[in-house]
Amino acid sequence: MGPTCVGQGVPRKEGEAKVAGRAAYVDDLRLPGMLHGVTVRSTAARGRILAVGFGDGIPWDELVVVTARDVPGVNHVTLLDTDQPCLADGVVNHWDEPVVLLAHADRHLLEEARRRVHVEVEPLPAVLTIEDSLECRTVVWGKDNVFADYRVERGDPDGARRAAVHVVVGVYRTGAQEQLYIETQGVIAVPEPEGGISVHGSMQCPYYVQKALGPILGLPPERVRVVQTVTGGGFGGKEEYPSMIAAHAALLARKARRPVKLVYDREEDIQATTKRHPSRTWHRTAVDAEGRLLAMEVDFVIDGGAYKTLSPVVLSRGLIHSTGPYRCENVRLRGRAVATSAPPHGAFRGFGAPQSIFAVERHLDRVARDLGLDPVELRRRNFLHRGDRTAVGQEVREEPDMEGLMEKALEESDYRARRVACRRARERPGETVRRGVGLAAFYHGSGFTGSGEVHLASVASLECGPEGRVEVQASSTEIGQGTSTILAQITAGALGVDYRLVEVAPPDTDRVPDSGPTVASRTCMVVGRLVERCAGQALEVLRAEGLLPGGGHDDAQFVEACRVWCARHGPLRTHARYEPPPGIRWDPERFQGDAYGAYSWAVYVARVAVDTLTWETRVEDLVAVQEVGRAVHPLLAAGQVEGGVAQGVGFALYEKVVWRGGRVANARMTDYVMPTSEDAPPIRVHFVERPYAHGPSGAKGLGELPMDGPAPAIIAAVEDATGAALDSVPLLPEDLMVAMEGVIESR
Amino acid sequence: MNPGSQAVRAAGGPIRLRLQVNGHRREVDCFPMARLLDVLREGLGLTGTKEGCGEGECGACAVLLDGVLVQSCLVPAVQAQEASVETIEGLRGPGGLHPLQEAFLEAGGTQCGICTPGMVLAALALLREEPDPDEAAIRAALAGNLCRCTGYVRIVDAVARAAARLASGGPPS
Ligand code: FES
Ligand code: FES
Repeated sequence: MGPTCVGQGVPRKEGEAKVAGRAAYVDDLRLPGMLHGVTVRSTAARGRILAVGFGDGIPWDELVVVTARDVPGVNHVTLLDTDQPCLADGVVNHWDEPVVLLAHADRHLLEEARRRVHVEVEPLPAVLTIEDSLECRTVVWGKDNVFADYRVERGDPDGARRAAVHVVVGVYRTGAQEQLYIETQGVIAVPEPEGGISVHGSMQCPYYVQKALGPILGLPPERVRVVQTVTGGGFGGKEEYPSMIAAHAALLARKARRPVKLVYDREEDIQATTKRHPSRTWHRTAVDAEGRLLAMEVDFVIDGGAYKTLSPVVLSRGLIHSTGPYRCENVRLRGRAVATSAPPHGAFRGFGAPQSIFAVERHLDRVARDLGLDPVELRRRNFLHRGDRTAVGQEVREEPDMEGLMEKALEESDYRARRVACRRARERPGETVRRGVGLAAFYHGSGFTGSGEVHLASVASLECGPEGRVEVQASSTEIGQGTSTILAQITAGALGVDYRLVEVAPPDTDRVPDSGPTVASRTCMVVGRLVERCAGQALEVLRAEGLLPGGGHDDAQFVEACRVWCARHGPLRTHARYEPPPGIRWDPERFQGDAYGAYSWAVYVARVAVDTLTWETRVEDLVAVQEVGRAVHPLLAAGQVEGGVAQGVGFALYEKVVWRGGRVANARMTDYVMPTSEDAPPIRVHFVERPYAHGPSGAKGLGELPMDGPAPAIIAAVEDATGAALDSVPLLPEDLMVAMEGVIESR
Repeated sequence: MNPGSQAVRAAGGPIRLRLQVNGHRREVDCFPMARLLDVLREGLGLTGTKEGCGEGECGACAVLLDGVLVQSCLVPAVQAQEASVETIEGLRGPGGLHPLQEAFLEAGGTQCGICTPGMVLAALALLREEPDPDEAAIRAALAGNLCRCTGYVRIVDAVARAAARLASGGPPS
């Protein structure tokens, strides 16, 4: 297999354990003497805590009870800021904010106990919408409810607008979306000798958890050990929240001096943990008579919820993607993340980009409609090319060939013929099902935004043992996306050995270096590159010692070389630290420069059928064409696209978080509906491969890209089918009915 | 935890549950209204059966009860008295894994894996009823099992592959 293993469908490393039911997720683990934990939460959107009462009928002295007073260190979960308490103290700023923690060996008793704790709150006015927050009549955060406010300006948008033939204005909205990983959040905390703690749990970023726990527990990082257990999906939802639940379990375990398992049930997970930021985007676009973009002005606002968490970072990615893969010399962008009284919104696949890409793609359709231009043609006239600059002034160094991707997507979907056929069918009287097609063109930056990767300074390492076994050591987690497999593939490819000789160490802060968080489509491109360099160094060392020939080797030679090296020096270890690709510069003050090392590019086409009796929309076909550099594992890569598309279908048509007074009113899988096997469309995935010079074996990022395109393509198709002007998601049947029939008078 | 503890305990004291699990006789003491899911996971240590929602929506807890696909989070223990239960741990095939499990591996039908045991059991129930299902039948049979990772494409493919393989090699065991 050796060097050719990249690009092949090798078996998933952990696949067999998963299909056999042997993979141990956190809730499958039981430790001797272990207690269970639960969380008592606030029952108001905002207010002052007057009292916490412990009701009758519970043997309270048998329970471990933890409140803010039991926090030995600082009472906040450190992320970008320190505004979010680990346990509410005196005030609550959103529904379901943690106030009291309980632990006991008997889960049933514990559940009863939770119900008997009464948190009495004197309500304060809450802020429930982006508009309320911006109006600032009630201030819930800082001076003005604003977590972050970014501006970008290039060229002369005012002058360009005044000279333009058409100016098109639109406002677009997206709703909150629940990650809905099928494994809910959970951890087990274990007290270690001398006050240390170890935490085992479902998470994306073990080092984030370590960084948050130290200050809360008053411990140096080396006394906090964090181990990722097999994780049943994350999608961003297990980026920052595990720090919170891990801190809670750790506080209980420290007080109990016993292991404590804290696993959320579904309702609690939906109510209390983060979701995709709701957004509102205003566009004003000036075009010439041929539809060329002269000026783009964008005002992008996201609802961050009650605490800052990661919102500024989500905002910056969203803002940078807000003008799409189009060339425009005159831009003015403003992005704000604002505070409301909702539980904090957080990372979810795409990280702000699905929101702003939905807006810009819908807006371009509106521009096309106003100009009487075909949406395909409008896009063709404006795509970015090598040498052009993006909204933040980044020079495009690769040739995106968006035209080629679009042509491929149109061909595969038979877009043009379908569009005509749909129109004809709509004109036939008596048709109750209307069909339409729509497309979206988009790009997604791989890795952290701006200088993020430089600040992270990630490290990965490699260890070769005497039997020629190779261990990749990185904190990048396998959450279903295939980390263990692709990192092993990249390493095997670079070492020129069989994939089976390489294993990826389980992420454990005691054993692996900090290769950064598992987010931002960075694992393959950024961490993959690190492990590739580690492998290259290992080969060099073995060659320099005269143990391997310079011109290639087989597995037996490699194994023998490792054996001799280890006998002479002990295990062979190499490591690599992140280095930015040459010429990459980012100016965070002016929000200008190279926002990402590389972009992945895509065009998606959706075909829908709308039942005009029930206003239900079905996606009948979805064609996803993308260029992601090289697909390291085509089967896993296709699986990433298909999974992302299905989530995008949910974002567009099914998944609506219903808020009532700041609380999620539909926190169950019965009421919050994600696509089933019967709702998800056939998804036809095509990769156009164009190896990227600075990615491992030519790979770029992939994980988030497929989340960006489905919603705008699908809503464009519904618009094509119905003629309604549609500018928000999710679009449930009742929303479409309102758009088509006007507000229905209640009887 | 669902259902509420009171409901579990109010319905009477512990019983001795006798059942066949994956072909073996097992006995376990539990409350009659305890969930079969908890009996399997906690009473018998069979953690291959997962909990995703506790309310019958996700199918992660699916097992076969006397050959019928059920959501074990909705089945009270007492209903499994003297019954036969099949879980993911009981699946076997000539090469160790059952052909369905092999097909899930090869086709990319498992990503995070948390839905996989339930999916495999739902597929097994389908193939016993309908050894040669078309795509619509497969999609219908899996509609009670949610997967957030795969978009279902490769799961459907896995079931079709397994059906083809089983058709050439005899009925599913
Ligand atoms: S846990 Fe039983 S259906 Fe979800
Ligand atoms: S593989 Fe993750 S939920 Fe199905």
